Amino acid sequence: MTTTVAEAGKLPDYDYNIVRQFTIMSVVWGIVGMGVGVLIAAQLAWPALNDLWQPFTNFGRLRPLHTNAVIFAFGGSVLFATSYYVVQRTCQTRLWGGWLIPFTFWGWQAVIVAAAITLPLGITSAKEYAELEWPIDILIALIWVAYGLVFFGTIVKRNTSHIYVANWFFGAFIITVAVLHIVNSIAIPVSTWKSYSAYAGTTDAMIQWWYGHNAVGFFLTAAFLGIMYYFVPKQAGRPVYSYQLSIVHFWALISIYVWAGGHHLHYSALPDWTQSLAMVMSIILLAPSWGGMINGIMTLSGAWHKLRTDPTLRFLVVSLSFYGMSTFEGPMMSIKTVNALSHNTDWTVGHVHSGALGWVAMISIGAIYHLVPILWNRKEMFSVKLVNAHFWLATIGTVLYIAAMWVNGITQGLMWRAFNADGTLTYSFVESVIASKPGYIVRWLGGAIFTSGMLLMAYNVFRTVTDEPKEGEVGRDESLPVAKSV
Amino acid sequence: MSTFWSVWVIVLTLANLALVTWVLFANRKVAVSDQDDPENKTTGHVYDGIEEYDNPLPKWWFLLFVITLVFSAAYLVIYPGMGNFKGIGGWTSVGALKADQAKAQAEFKETYGKYAEMPIEQIAENRDALKMGARIFANNCAVCHGADGGGNYGFPDLTDNDWLYGGSPEKILETLHNGRQGMMPPQEPIIGGDGVKQVAEYVLSLSGQEHDAALAEQGAQVFGTVCMACHGADGKGNQALGAPNLTDDIWLYGGTREEIQHSVRGGRSNNMPSQKDKLREDKIRLVAAYVYSLSRQEDVQQ
Repeated sequence: MTTTVAEAGKLPDYDYNIVRQFTIMSVVWGIVGMGVGVLIAAQLAWPALNDLWQPFTNFGRLRPLHTNAVIFAFGGSVLFATSYYVVQRTCQTRLWGGWLIPFTFWGWQAVIVAAAITLPLGITSAKEYAELEWPIDILIALIWVAYGLVFFGTIVKRNTSHIYVANWFFGAFIITVAVLHIVNSIAIPVSTWKSYSAYAGTTDAMIQWWYGHNAVGFFLTAAFLGIMYYFVPKQAGRPVYSYQLSIVHFWALISIYVWAGGHHLHYSALPDWTQSLAMVMSIILLAPSWGGMINGIMTLSGAWHKLRTDPTLRFLVVSLSFYGMSTFEGPMMSIKTVNALSHNTDWTVGHVHSGALGWVAMISIGAIYHLVPILWNRKEMFSVKLVNAHFWLATIGTVLYIAAMWVNGITQGLMWRAFNADGTLTYSFVESVIASKPGYIVRWLGGAIFTSGMLLMAYNVFRTVTDEPKEGEVGRDESLPVAKSV
Repeated sequence: MSTFWSVWVIVLTLANLALVTWVLFANRKVAVSDQDDPENKTTGHVYDGIEEYDNPLPKWWFLLFVITLVFSAAYLVIYPGMGNFKGIGGWTSVGALKADQAKAQAEFKETYGKYAEMPIEQIAENRDALKMGARIFANNCAVCHGADGGGNYGFPDLTDNDWLYGGSPEKILETLHNGRQGMMPPQEPIIGGDGVKQVAEYVLSLSGQEHDAALAEQGAQVFGTVCMACHGADGKGNQALGAPNLTDDIWLYGGTREEIQHSVRGGRSNNMPSQKDKLREDKIRLVAAYVYSLSRQEDVQQ
């Protein structure tokens, strides 16, 4: 058997500084982004909260702040941290890139701060998940090119013969997001803070959802599968279940995902053929998506007992369960007859959050709990009990959130399509809003519980980093191969 | 879509599906079977301590993948999807909509048909008709006029028997059919900032509100030269023009000093959209009867 692992004790001089920076910021931005989410959830239940500080705290301005903060600030920081860590460790080499590396960190933080200022001021390009105006878009593009150079530069100078599967996913994510961001953001500026999209009408909508759906597909799925492929086998101490499965589901996932965006525009002015193609590609996407879940969960076979004692591993495994559930739900909702019920209801919001909280946030949290002791040279987190408490808060919060949105979504869908015998609609719109209010309160509660778990994590990370190491404490030795074939 | 783009779509679609199918089948068998070499269960790659088994694709997963591919192929044969190829099923979204509409037209001809010729007053006596009218109102009109028809800022109250354009069945039908274009021209350019303040005081006095008598007196003169053209010398309005009665303390845009000054200074512009292309005639009559009954309800209560 060929082995490419470096001898113990002769680890390359990894660049952990950048990983530490992004790890800390992902905790910070996670709390900010989810905190804004809790506020806007409360606004939907109690609309008077829009008036906290008009017009800056209006729902319409804070909602894009929430999505940008959780996806790009929290999710983005997690991805920078983990990809920089994983690419170094699995290539057995120090990060390449010189000043480009700190540029990605400080540049990304500048983008986030700019977003947090401009969005509440009402400065927006009005493209969902791409609201930032053109000067910020240009900065993002520059950072992304630097990110790609650092990542692929490191791959090029690797000391291993093959490229690990986690890096395939990170690589696909970096390339595709660059293409998506640049094409979707092309606009004609009319002033420093105002521009108009280069596309019009249905084309604009299609480009927007080609971007929007692949922001989910590549930013929130492919890249987080990269996290999964490193942290699950590492934390479980088990080999990855199937190399064959990795190959098949990787190529199928990245090539099919880009077709699926049109399913956001079912029953719209989009041509029939575009809708049909988007639907069949979404259905084909089921198996490739599940490939990642199978590979993650089956990696645990033989190590299930570790779930009893290791809450970090629990985060990783439960995230895969939510991933499997969301990626079944997605293809199902893309079927036009199902979509006729679910479209524009809270079901969509629930679907997004079963992915965003259950999958993206949970696997990120698991990865952070794995990383922090290693990065700061500690044996383990300050309190494993708090990690466990966080696990339960996150799980209960997610379940409350998505259950409330399922109930609301199906209620709304059924109320909107209910007819009287005389052909008139049974319910006016406002009646469906009234029927949704209990669900909005439960959703707010679920979100608040999830966010409270993030506060526990912040405290736990803070203590782990700042407390003096216990006497005789040795940092977790990650240089030894933990996965032994049987 | 031009033939070029149609071919482009078809080729890309088929190439992608072919690639995925090939990757799936090419990786069905494991390179080195565990049976032949039980010791060699991993690929031999090690990354930072992580190894990889070379387990075959799970059979149920492989089948699931194949089923979705077969379903998709069949779907693309039957439905439009491959560029300009319309699919052998002949389905289009426009066709589906038209079929549904035709079905509804036929189905409700009986329900609504008898009201097409019936006088509005008579429909308004019919409980079943009023119920239907109320539902049509809730579906189409309540967004602006409120679920109870009580109106909102800028949207008239339909329950109070105070009418901008008249509350007879004919006038209500006219409003519904053609819509209304409300237009109060801005007066500041004509009467100046002081004139606005004076007229506002006079208008306040018309509806018996607290006002500055001296300013109102000056305002009365301005009113008599400018505003009376539409609102009448006595300020009681003119339904032919849609000019509101200013003496009854019923306000579309609020009756405070600030709101009245705002109306005079900058004017107001409003639009009740025409319904004749949105609702079929018998539905318009039902909703007209419902609106008619709403305003008469108050008469009965009083």
